[in-house]
Amino acid sequence: MTQSLKKRNHPLAIVDAQRRVLSESAGIAPFDARLAEIQLAPLMATGIHTFQINVGKMCNQVCGHCHVDAGPDRKEIMTRETMEQCLAALEKTDAPVVDLTGGAPEMNPDFKWLVDRVVEMERRVIDRSNLTILVAQGYEDIPEFLAGRRVEVTASLPYYLESQTDAQRGEHVFERSIRALQRLNALGYGQSDSGLTLNLVFNPVGAYLPPKQASIEADYKRELQRRYGIVFNSLFTITNMPISRFLDFLIERGTYESYMRKLSDAFNADAANSVMCRTTLSIGWEGTLYDCDFNQMLEMPIGNGGPTHIRDFDVAMLANRQIGIGNHCYGCTAGSGSSCTGSVT
Amino acid sequence: MPGYYDQKDLARFSEIGKDAPELWEKFSQYYGAVFEEGALSEREKALIALAVAHAVQCPYCIDAYTQTSLEKGSNIEQMTEAVHVATAIKGGAALVHGLQMRNRAEQLSM
Repeated sequence: MTQSLKKRNHPLAIVDAQRRVLSESAGIAPFDARLAEIQLAPLMATGIHTFQINVGKMCNQVCGHCHVDAGPDRKEIMTRETMEQCLAALEKTDAPVVDLTGGAPEMNPDFKWLVDRVVEMERRVIDRSNLTILVAQGYEDIPEFLAGRRVEVTASLPYYLESQTDAQRGEHVFERSIRALQRLNALGYGQSDSGLTLNLVFNPVGAYLPPKQASIEADYKRELQRRYGIVFNSLFTITNMPISRFLDFLIERGTYESYMRKLSDAFNADAANSVMCRTTLSIGWEGTLYDCDFNQMLEMPIGNGGPTHIRDFDVAMLANRQIGIGNHCYGCTAGSGSSCTGSVT
Repeated sequence: MPGYYDQKDLARFSEIGKDAPELWEKFSQYYGAVFEEGALSEREKALIALAVAHAVQCPYCIDAYTQTSLEKGSNIEQMTEAVHVATAIKGGAALVHGLQMRNRAEQLSM
């Protein structure tokens, strides 16, 4: 795969088509009904701990499971003006974490500018990196830049074997990812007492749930150290969301219904209580506000009369807002739960 | 009836309890307990189940324990080796009976 769904004029590039498939999921209870069963409906936010800013859909990879439908052909990029609005909003809160995502966030021409401003505000910055961009031509200085500002790196590596990583993320991605990890290690990332945090992200290379986080983390630590001398801090397991390119994969393989049933059967009330949207504010490349990056890609902005754009940021209203949900939310509540920082139970 | 095996029947497994609910309940509890983490990890148990599934040639079990093994963190290399273990034991079991053949042939032959 070398092009996004959008570039290929794929039917699922139209978000309404994805939402229709999800709403017609046969054989499973609607997600809102499951929340009602455990007295969690309507689902409400409990605060704003994390500003997750999606700075654009441009990416140097075209991964088979990408919920953003990102790729080199996507040109949607957050402008500096919108970044300034994000910073003005951030100033009005004590949210301790700013999580930068994309696409490949480093490809936004104002990425460094934004990082510097957030660091000046003394908030913890996370760069959600695909790794290969860190060794791509024109971006080789990014690792030093990140280390110099003590930016936390949370990097995708769906498996410690080349065959499975490349099957999901593209040819040669594993080899480049290993080079990037070795570069980060050389700068101190992931090394004990360096204060430079390097976390990895596992997500299943197919239509199945992630293993227990602690168990697969031990495998990663052992195998990456043994094979490549790589060290890192923590591994986060993330469940694949049945939207966008992964939804296309599920439908194409005839596994959509069984995957949704698996997510639904594995519904975990404790995970539902701890879903990340309750403490996260997601901001799209145009400044539109969402409850999470998945709702963002399904074009489900914050509703119920709250502000819908970062320029109208209102901390009191947003910290206690009602969260928009759909059947895709089963992805965050299955098994041990799933979030941008891994399992939640 | 299109055939003897239907993939969708795996999800209907519990229907077998309809006319013998107490036995199903006992089986379910035992089954669940067997696969809990113990002296063996859940991952090891899933790999054993995958190998046995091949040995007993149960398509439902192969589907189920392929998925479970992946979800417990096994990879395709490990799962393939598990199938070879089953194959070696099944093949070895056939071959070792060759001694019985030889013993009997020896008894019968001049």
